[in-house]
Amino acid sequence: MDRINVHFEDVQEGDEISDWAPIENISRSHFVRYAGASGDFNPMHHDDTVAQNVGYPSVFGHGMFSAGVLSHYVTDWVGVGNVRKYGVSFRGQLYPGATLTFTAKVDKKYKEGDENRIDATLQGVDDKGTVIINGTLTAALPSRG
Amino acid sequence: MVDKSIVGTEMGGGGMVVERGKIMEFARAILDENPVYFQENDAPAPLTFTMAGAHWPTSGGGGGAKLADLGLDLLRVLHAGQEYEYLGEIKAGDSLTSRSVISDVSEKEGKRGGTMTFITSETTFTNQRGEDVLKSRTILVQTSKAAS
Repeated sequence: MDRINVHFEDVQEGDEISDWAPIENISRSHFVRYAGASGDFNPMHHDDTVAQNVGYPSVFGHGMFSAGVLSHYVTDWVGVGNVRKYGVSFRGQLYPGATLTFTAKVDKKYKEGDENRIDATLQGVDDKGTVIINGTLTAALPSRG
Repeated sequence: MVDKSIVGTEMGGGGMVVERGKIMEFARAILDENPVYFQENDAPAPLTFTMAGAHWPTSGGGGGAKLADLGLDLLRVLHAGQEYEYLGEIKAGDSLTSRSVISDVSEKEGKRGGTMTFITSETTFTNQRGEDVLKSRTILVQTSKAAS
């Protein structure tokens, strides 16, 4: 996806971003690669036998995998180094084969000291409409002025 | 039920060197192709990078309580959320130390009955110059029955 690195003047309260490219074909390889990178080898994320034994249909992604992927859409949008706060809550399981789509909504635009800030809410939904992750963002945006 | 008196309990500390190769590996794992993470010098840490330190053995710090010591049943504990406050830059080559404290315990009635207990652990990361660069809050939830 394009790294827009949006300016403060380009953003209005109520703006919604719904054209971020979805991630298709979420796979076990995504979860295994995240397990290796993060060191989180909870077998629920790579061993179907373990996941099924406790009632899940299959392995599912780490919450922090979805949080990490969402965070890169965020930094592509507002710029690396401009994020002041980022928070997520995990709402549903991300299963292999899913398509994951993220959206954002600008809730507030304001000055904080010398900084031009925005607060936004974020969401990741799978192709069945299940909310996988909700997020909040505070970013300081550069000004054109 | 978790005893609310655990708020304030020190969970010990840890150490983490921010390695360039780990930044690249982490960026790939979150499908981030931004060249800034692959540059030779001063690559910044991705926003959630410090999760890669949460599973490291403590080096230096340690000595704090473990979750099981606080009366939590780990089989019923799930990661409910994560929050970050970015106070400064974290770059390849930095050496971070962290210290964690239980900052909040609250209860909520679950939709399917039973009480859910939310436990927040707040970790402050300090760099090699003594600057606090990141506050990270991990929100865990303990369900009243075994997760199934």
